[in-house]
Amino acid sequence: MNPNPQGPQLEENKVTTPKISLRNVTKTYSGVDQPAVKDLDLDIASGEILVLVGPSGCGKSTTLRLINRMIEPSSGEIIFDGENVTNSDPNELRRRMGYVIQQVGLFPHRTIAENIAVVPKSLKWPKDRIRARVDELLELTGMDPNVYRDRYPKELSGGQAQRVGVARALGAEPDVLLMDEPFGAIDPITRFNLQNEFLRLQSELKKTIVFVTHDIDEAVKMGDRIAILRDQSEIAQLDTPEAILTNPADAFVVDFLGSGAVLKTLTLRRLRDIQLVHPPEITEQTGRADAAAQLRQSDFPYAVLLDDTRRPIAWVDQKNLDSSDSLDSNSRRIPVKLQPEDTLQEALSVMLQTSAGMSAVVDGSGQYLGTCTIQSLAELLTDQPVDGASL
Amino acid sequence: MSTTNVVDNPETLPARRNQSVSQLDLIVIPVFFVLLAILLTVVWIYSDFDGTTTSILEPDRLWTQAQEQITVALWSTVLVIVLAIPLGILVTREGAPRLKNNLVTVLGLGQALPAYGLLVLFFVAFGQGTLTVVLALAAFALLPVLRNTIVGLEQVDKSVIEAGKGMGLNGFQRLRKIELPLAVPVIMGGIRTATIINVGMATLAYLIGGGGLGITIAAGLKLNRPVTILVGALLVALIALAFDFIGGLAQRYLRPKGLS
Ligand SMILES: Nc1ncnc2c1ncn2[C@@H]1O[C@H](COP(=O)(O)OP(=O)(O)O)[C@@H](O)[C@H]1O
Ligand SMILES: [Mg+2]
Repeated sequence: MNPNPQGPQLEENKVTTPKISLRNVTKTYSGVDQPAVKDLDLDIASGEILVLVGPSGCGKSTTLRLINRMIEPSSGEIIFDGENVTNSDPNELRRRMGYVIQQVGLFPHRTIAENIAVVPKSLKWPKDRIRARVDELLELTGMDPNVYRDRYPKELSGGQAQRVGVARALGAEPDVLLMDEPFGAIDPITRFNLQNEFLRLQSELKKTIVFVTHDIDEAVKMGDRIAILRDQSEIAQLDTPEAILTNPADAFVVDFLGSGAVLKTLTLRRLRDIQLVHPPEITEQTGRADAAAQLRQSDFPYAVLLDDTRRPIAWVDQKNLDSSDSLDSNSRRIPVKLQPEDTLQEALSVMLQTSAGMSAVVDGSGQYLGTCTIQSLAELLTDQPVDGASL
Repeated sequence: MSTTNVVDNPETLPARRNQSVSQLDLIVIPVFFVLLAILLTVVWIYSDFDGTTTSILEPDRLWTQAQEQITVALWSTVLVIVLAIPLGILVTREGAPRLKNNLVTVLGLGQALPAYGLLVLFFVAFGQGTLTVVLALAAFALLPVLRNTIVGLEQVDKSVIEAGKGMGLNGFQRLRKIELPLAVPVIMGGIRTATIINVGMATLAYLIGGGGLGITIAAGLKLNRPVTILVGALLVALIALAFDFIGGLAQRYLRPKGLS
């Protein structure tokens, strides 16, 4: 469901130069003794989503705002595309980086189209190019341009406003997006949808994204890499979500991950990554006695009933086979078919829903590929090297 | 203690009119205008005019005085706008926060002076004439516009300004494209207040040779002719209502679309 590119992308990035680098960056606010960000070194690879996550007040927003120089560093350097931008024109720099904030901050006296057009207009794009771009961005963020183009922000729901916020940030096709808790003020269901849509968008756009959140679940979901920060923006651990969840660096990270860390790994693995199992396969044509024998010989409580085109229809157990009714009427139907791209988390919830403890996996055309069982998930979880994680 | 009160009062009582009130204004003001006009007509027709009254209420004279009243009120309002709005903008810029409260304090003290006293002060400084009156009235009516400019700019949602900054708008662009348009309704409220003050206070202009309907009212007081006092006061009120109606229209049509 959320094909965020991970492994191969990161390996590439190791050899290419980072898109953005912070070098020894320190920020001390005037009138405050302690720096909010202290001696931070951070490389952000081209095309990745780097999530900054940490407790409130640890300096995430400050770090993000140092990148587009909404605030000036007290010392250190900011490198963007290999160029030292620490002393360049900040407004020019900001037009090259989309910036999305939790409160969105749409201009209330401007229409949606005018809001999205702010940066293209500053860059003196021709009118028709701006108009086309606005419509394209509205489409891209799932808003019908004909409906929303001329509306004012007050007519939008929170989720819609944030879509426009993202569209506006993408206005002049920046390579970089800086997002400060963009979905933080949105109800859980809308947030879930926005996250998924955003990941889908990103799989096409391949922007370089720095994403701030205080929510570790969101970090795991959105991040190609996660930087877990402690006070003064000190990096406690910087790695892929898998590596952090399975191998937290220290007690602070363990604590921050919370007790659900192992379950969270389910959201990271997909059915295509695991070995599917194969309970007996039967069709309406299979003789009852034959089917019963197959089932008895296997370790599985159910056989899978397939139709003529090998689509899975139902889970069939011994009792179904013994009764005289037709198989597909009194067995456990398979309402949801999973695909290899789905996460193990989704597989688990399907299993719990159907109470068969099994979920059928099909290919794109709906043909049966194999089965994922609750036992295989349990084995996977306990086999993992989880030393350090509090269990 | 008393000085902090002077600061607090104007601060806590911003002469802000929200939209629903201002829309109601556009109905209520004309209604009052018509009622007062009827009252004026009734007084004019049914009062017994003796010779003195007739000469005080000579229509040509009244017309001249009304023009003077309007001229003084108009110019002092223009002067207030030209002074107070830039000043309000200046003191709300980053890096000038301290000035703001001091300014409001000083002007608050100025407004606490009796208007008469202020006029005398300006007379001593600048001598007789319309210009002195205009200056004095402007000084007196500065505070509401300044205060509303400050309040209006400061009530703009910080996240909107932040977003503008994040899109590379510089300080001037943020002021012109975001802060001022969003402050317009509040600033207009201050201007309307100033206008009313100016129309009313212009009645005192006659004291230092600035003319106006104050002449008629003062003559009525001196010669004990209550009808002329009433006619003068009603004319002042009608001018004030007319100004406020224009202000109400401006407040409505200058208000940016899209604001709730
Ligand atoms: N403008 C500011 N002036 C002074 N201190 C600030 C300012 N902004 C943030 N801080 C302080 O800097 C620290 C980090 O803040 P912030 O970056 O907003 O943290 P986070 O986004 O992780 O919650 C906090 O202690 C906060 O109080
Ligand atoms: Mg923050």
